[in-house]
Amino acid sequence: MSEQVLQDATASALAADAADERLISNQGLSGAVSAFVVRLRGGELGMIPVIIGLVVIALVFQLNEPTFLSSKNLVTMLQFAAPVGVISLGIVLVLLLGEIDLSVGSVSGFAAASMAVLMDSRGWGLVGAMAVGILVGTAVGLLYSLLYTKIGVPSFVFSLAGLLAFQGALLYVLGDKGTVVLPQDSALRSFAREKFLSDVQAYALLALVVAAYVAVNLLTIRRRRAAGLTPPSLTVVLVKGGLLLVGLGWLTYYLGIDRGWGYLFVLFAALVVVMDLALRRTRWGRHVFAVGGNEEAARRAGINVRGIYVSVFALCSTFAALGGILIAGQLTSVSQSSGTTDTNLTAIAAAVIGGTSLFGGRGSAWAALLGIVVLQSIQSGLNLMNVDSSVRFIVTGLVLLLAVAIDSVSRKARSSSGRG
Amino acid sequence: MSTVATPVRESVLSLTGINKRFGAVQALSNVSLEVGAGEVVALVGDNGAGKSTLVKVISGVYQPDDGAITFAGRRISVGGPSDAQALGIATVFQDLALCDNLDVVANLFLGQEWRRGAFIDEIGMEREAWRLLRTLSAKIPSVRIPIAGLSGGQRQTVAIARSLVGNPKVVMLDEPTAALGVAQTAEVLNLVERLREQGLGVILISHNMADVQAVSDRIVVLRLGRNAAEFVTSQTSTAELVAAITGASDNVVTARAQKTSERRGETHE
Repeated sequence: MSEQVLQDATASALAADAADERLISNQGLSGAVSAFVVRLRGGELGMIPVIIGLVVIALVFQLNEPTFLSSKNLVTMLQFAAPVGVISLGIVLVLLLGEIDLSVGSVSGFAAASMAVLMDSRGWGLVGAMAVGILVGTAVGLLYSLLYTKIGVPSFVFSLAGLLAFQGALLYVLGDKGTVVLPQDSALRSFAREKFLSDVQAYALLALVVAAYVAVNLLTIRRRRAAGLTPPSLTVVLVKGGLLLVGLGWLTYYLGIDRGWGYLFVLFAALVVVMDLALRRTRWGRHVFAVGGNEEAARRAGINVRGIYVSVFALCSTFAALGGILIAGQLTSVSQSSGTTDTNLTAIAAAVIGGTSLFGGRGSAWAALLGIVVLQSIQSGLNLMNVDSSVRFIVTGLVLLLAVAIDSVSRKARSSSGRG
Repeated sequence: MSTVATPVRESVLSLTGINKRFGAVQALSNVSLEVGAGEVVALVGDNGAGKSTLVKVISGVYQPDDGAITFAGRRISVGGPSDAQALGIATVFQDLALCDNLDVVANLFLGQEWRRGAFIDEIGMEREAWRLLRTLSAKIPSVRIPIAGLSGGQRQTVAIARSLVGNPKVVMLDEPTAALGVAQTAEVLNLVERLREQGLGVILISHNMADVQAVSDRIVVLRLGRNAAEFVTSQTSTAELVAAITGASDNVVTARAQKTSERRGETHE
C-alpha cells in the first residue's frame, strides 16, 4: 500500500505533508474552523479558557460597577499589570523546565532597593544604578543555577531559601531608613507613571504590528509552496490579520479616550513578543522545551542541558529584578514591604493562570500577559467594589485553583486523544 | 560450536580485542566485532553477556580498557556520544529518547536544528523530514503532531529516522522490537532492510531469535563477555543459535524445542 501511495503522491505532485491518505485535509476558512474545533475537543485548549475567563470577569464586574470597563480604569489596570507581568515572564521560563522560583518577589524587592539606595545615599545616576539593580538579579539567577546544576539542590528548596534570604537582604540594604523615595525628576518615575504613546505613535505602531504579522505569514505561504509543502490558507491569514487590526485598533481608540497605551505596558508587550519569538523560533527556545519535556533525551541529543538551566534561571531572576525596578518607578519608592508575598504569588499565579503547565514543556510567553491581565482585572474590580482585601485573596486563590484544574482536565483530554 | 568466518564486504566498523572491566567484573574480554557496508549484523546473547557494554563502548558512553576500534579504515577513539555521532556512528537507544511534547520534525532534528539567520528553518527541516521518512517508506501521517500522539512503531520509526539525520555510516539499534506488536515489529524490520539497501552498516541487538533470523546477514553471539560464536544467518538453525547463546547443546530451551517438534512431527529449519 505504502509504495502505491508514495508513487501516486509524487506523480500527482501532492504536497509532501498532505500525501498520507489518513490525513483529513482542512482547507480554507471552513477547514481552519473545523480543525480548531477538533483541537478544542482533543484538550488543546490553548488560550481559550483564559479568554473566556476574561469575558466572564468583565461581565460580572461591569454589571456591578459600571466604571469597570471605562477607558480610565482599563488604562490603570494595564499600567499596574505590566511590572508584575515582567516578573511573571521569567516564571513562565522556569515553569517550562518543570522547575519553580519562589523567590522572584524578594529578588525584585532586593534589586529595586539596591538601585534606590545607590541613587539616594551614594548619588549614583539612574542608568548606573538600574544596571546594578538588574545585574543583582542576574547574579542571583547564576547562583541558583550553580546550586541546581553543580550541587543538585531542588529549585523549590533554594528558591524558598532565597525568598527568605533576599527579603533579609532588602531590609539590610534599606537599613534604618525603611523607605527610600526615588528623586522627583527621575526618568524611571516618569517612564512608569506619566509616559503614554500619542495617538499618532499608537496607530503607527498598530499598523506596523499588523503589517509585520501579515508579511511574515505571506512569506511563510510563499516559502512553503516553494518547498512543496501545504501552505497555510491565504484567506485565514487575511481574516486573522483583519481581526488583529480591528481588535487592536478598537482597543487603541478606546484606551486613547483616556491616556492611551503606557510606555510601561508597551515595554512589557514587547518583551513578551521577543520571548515568544525566542521560545518558538530559536534553537535556544526549542532546547528549553526539549529539556522540559524529556531531559535525558535532550542530553543524548547533544543539547547543553546545564547551559539551558543556567540561562533560564539567570533570565528569570533578571526579569524579576527588572520588574522590581519598574514597580519602584511606578510606586515612586522602595520600602520594606517591596516585593513581599503579594508580588511573588501574583507573578507565579499569573503564569499558571495564563496556561503554562506546572509539569514542564508546555506553555508560552503569552501566558504571562494573559494571566496577569486576568489577575489585575479581578483585583481592580474588587477594589472598585470596595471589597475587603480578605475577599480579594480568597477570589485570587480560587481562580488559581480553577486554572490548575482546567490544566489537569485538558491534560487528561490530551492523553486520551493522543496529544500527550 | 560452529564458528563460520566469512569475509565481509568492505568493512566499515571493526573492533578487535576489546576489554572492559568494572571493578572485579570483566564485562568484555577480547571481544571483536566487524560490520560491513550494507550488512546487518545481529548481536545476541543472554542477559549479562556484555551486549549493552559493547554497544556503549561503540557509542562512546564507555571507553574500552584495551583494544582497537577501526572506523572507515582509520583507527579511532570514541571520547563521548557526540564524538560517535560526529564520526558517523548513530545509536537508537532502547528507550528511544524522544521528547513527547515536541512534534516529529523537532524530534528528528533535536540538537542539530537547521538555521536561517537567528531562527530555526522550520520549512527546510520539514521538507527534509519528509524526505527521510520517505526513504524509510515510513507511515507517519503528519510530522506536525507531538510524539505523544504516535504509536509505538511510529515512535521507533521516528527514532530510526532521527539516527539518519547526520548521514551516518553505521546505525546501532538496541532492542528495537522489544515493546512492539506483530505488525509494528514487521514494520521496523522493514526499516532495517531499508537501511541495508542504503549501504549502511547495521548492528541489531535483539533477544528475539525470529527477528534476528529474519533480517540479519550475520549473527555474533556473546557469552559471559566473550565472543562465543559467529554465524551466517542463512546457514544457521535456531537450535544452533540457542546452543551458542546458552553455551550447551542440551539445555532446557533446546530440549523443549525438540520435544515440541517431535510432537508436531516436523523439523526446525
